Amino acid sequence: MFDFLEGYNLLGAFWVTVQLTIYSAIGALIWGTLLAAMRVSPVPLMRGFGTTYVNVVRNIPLTVIIVFTSLGLFQTLGVTLGADTFKTINFRLAVLGLIAYTSAFVCEALRSGINTVPVGQTEAARAIGLRFPQVLMLIVLPQAFRSVVGPLANVLIALTKNTTVAAAIGVAEAAALMREMIENEAQLILISAIFAFGFICLTLPTGLFLGWVSKKVSVKR
Amino acid sequence: MSPPSVLYDAPGPRAKRQNVLFTVLFLVGLAALIWWVVQSLADKNQLEWIKWRPFFTDAGAWQTYLLPGLKNTLIAASLAMVIALPLGALFGIARLSEHRWVRGAAGTVVEFFRAIPVLILMLFANAAYYEYTDVSPDSRPLYAVVTGLVLYNASVLAEIVRAGILSLPQGQADAAKAIGMRKNQVMRYVLLPQSVTAMLPAIVSQLVVIVKDTALGGALLGFSELLASVRPMSANYGANTIACFTVVAVIFVVLNFALTSFASWLEGRLRRGKRSTGAVVGADAVEELATPGEHVSHDDLGGAGGSGS
Repeated sequence: MFDFLEGYNLLGAFWVTVQLTIYSAIGALIWGTLLAAMRVSPVPLMRGFGTTYVNVVRNIPLTVIIVFTSLGLFQTLGVTLGADTFKTINFRLAVLGLIAYTSAFVCEALRSGINTVPVGQTEAARAIGLRFPQVLMLIVLPQAFRSVVGPLANVLIALTKNTTVAAAIGVAEAAALMREMIENEAQLILISAIFAFGFICLTLPTGLFLGWVSKKVSVKR
Repeated sequence: MSPPSVLYDAPGPRAKRQNVLFTVLFLVGLAALIWWVVQSLADKNQLEWIKWRPFFTDAGAWQTYLLPGLKNTLIAASLAMVIALPLGALFGIARLSEHRWVRGAAGTVVEFFRAIPVLILMLFANAAYYEYTDVSPDSRPLYAVVTGLVLYNASVLAEIVRAGILSLPQGQADAAKAIGMRKNQVMRYVLLPQSVTAMLPAIVSQLVVIVKDTALGGALLGFSELLASVRPMSANYGANTIACFTVVAVIFVVLNFALTSFASWLEGRLRRGKRSTGAVVGADAVEELATPGEHVSHDDLGGAGGSGS
């Protein structure tokens, strides 16, 4: 029944999906945190930039962003991100697009976490002489991160599912392989079931595990 | 004067000087970035007026490519919404059923479709229509896109409906039962009408997700929506890829930003009005309900000042 799987590198394709997820998650976490810091900073220009970035990027379809990285950045402007084969160029472009898109959601999640920190704490921090960067980095962000593990887990799961969009620029991840297999094999239901199962295996445990973590670490107020 | 934020005080003279310094530094950085972008665009001749002119002076660019694309995007999105909404309501109610097997079955279906990427569902639908039906090849992409969107969004809407019904005070259902209403009467006359108002902002925000996901059909299934119009357009107007992408992105941003603003306006209006007894399921809930994993509990949904009198 599963003979037709012989010629396909199923695990390899899902491994690419996982890699896309991990690299994009790390990048989006860093850039999203910076954006959140900008959005709450005392400098109006930075706040304006953060707000504009989030509102614009959130409303562009991820597909448009990913296709743009390939057609616009690579083919028109010659951006290769230091890679030399098509395979790695497309992979890195996809990661870039996913980071640009996901960080807007990370930023919003973090900002809602910052709002959960009681005002009294920041007032106390200022009273002992801490300044904005210190208040943010020592008092507010550590607590904010603990309270947004749940929302961030949701962003991570959405990111895992969104990596399939990379198939649009020829990154050999799960959705691209599924497309290829559907074309070549007459086993539609079975193929779809395999890929559905693969994604359930990726997303459900992540959600359950991080849900458990979020209960563990959240600040009880 | 109240401070502008809880994180910092109203700036004094020294803080003001520092803010100016940071503003200037940030501005320099931003200007350098913009200059670099403009320079690399100019190097590839992407800024010439001839590449942008079609969108401003030539009605043909809009009539031939952009408007038909936008039309298809909107058709797919509205079809998906119209079909997914009743389906979602059905599954949302089924998840609250008193019968364990109904609850369990609906729960499994909802969790299953929420855990799978929309693209996988669309690819499956596309192949299924090809193999098992005689839908014409021209309309197959639309069918596939709508089917994928319906399967995914119905399950998300089911969660929204469930959250909306759960946000109503228990006394509502009790009172309705006390005056002798049957289970389905309680649902139809008391719970659903109230929760629909409470869910409206979340439902409008879900439309943004649907509009964005239609672009998948353009990139991978040959559905001629807005994004798919980029390739023929840039081929026709002299390789103005950047200009085409910019225009398409701007259309998406304007459309979705209007929907987002409408949703938050609606949310604010519902929160101020005291008609509904339940908490308003805000636009923010969409993102959380769209991903499988932990469920938003009853208390979290209200947000600030959610419950009216």
